[in-house]
Amino acid sequence: MIEQRATEDRRHAPAALDEARLRQQAIGVRLRQMFDEVVSEPVPDEFLAILRQADKKTAENG
Amino acid sequence: MAGDSKARPPTDPAVDEAFKRELVKLIPHLRAFARTLAGEPAGADDLAQDAMMKAWDARASFQMGTNMKAWTFMILRNQFYSEKRRSWRQTQLDQEAAERTLVAVDDPEAPVALDELRLSLAQLPPEQREALILVGAGGFAYEEAADICGCAVGTVKSRVSRARRALHAILEDGSYERDGSAAGDAMSSILADAERLSTVR
Repeated sequence: MIEQRATEDRRHAPAALDEARLRQQAIGVRLRQMFDEVVSEPVPDEFLAILRQADKKTAENG
Repeated sequence: MAGDSKARPPTDPAVDEAFKRELVKLIPHLRAFARTLAGEPAGADDLAQDAMMKAWDARASFQMGTNMKAWTFMILRNQFYSEKRRSWRQTQLDQEAAERTLVAVDDPEAPVALDELRLSLAQLPPEQREALILVGAGGFAYEEAADICGCAVGTVKSRVSRARRALHAILEDGSYERDGSAAGDAMSSILADAERLSTVR
């Protein structure tokens, strides 16, 4: 009974809903890609230089 | 120095070294979070650097073995909001965003989809944007995102779903109809890209 109703629901699910879901997924993929693109960029030397500097200061003070 | 009243507890060099190694590994992620949250590369790197240094200075309060990525992301977003409150570079950011829009319109070769997504993302309220980035791109669970944002799990869930709907609506509606390119072009190029990416994977 329940299964039958579920099948029927799926059959009657408006195509627009699937379309919207597809579009949401596409935006999600793009968003992840946008983030991952930055993650895969080489880290600018400045970051490591600043950290090295701070570490040196700790060593001197400690 | 006699004036240095902020004396830290003595640090163990080996622990510091381990902390630094982990922190360095997180730099690319901090940069990505800053870039997507702030929306502009130069200011975003400043933000990521500030967050990295704040994390380094606060290392004594971090418990090794707990989620360092979430901890540093929390530092970064707090930094972002405190700078935003001081309306940090806001005028400049707005100008740059406007210039980017013009460039995107003028250059027919510009990668439409990514740029439109970036601009659309910038239109969301910051709390929605941050929730969507953390969950939708940063790979955090709702619970982790809630810890980072300092709010309830339910709040994160509703922000993410509102952000998704708003982003969809911004991309779908006519706000990008300009220069003769039809409304919905951004959405169709995103769809095309997604299809291409999924076949590659």
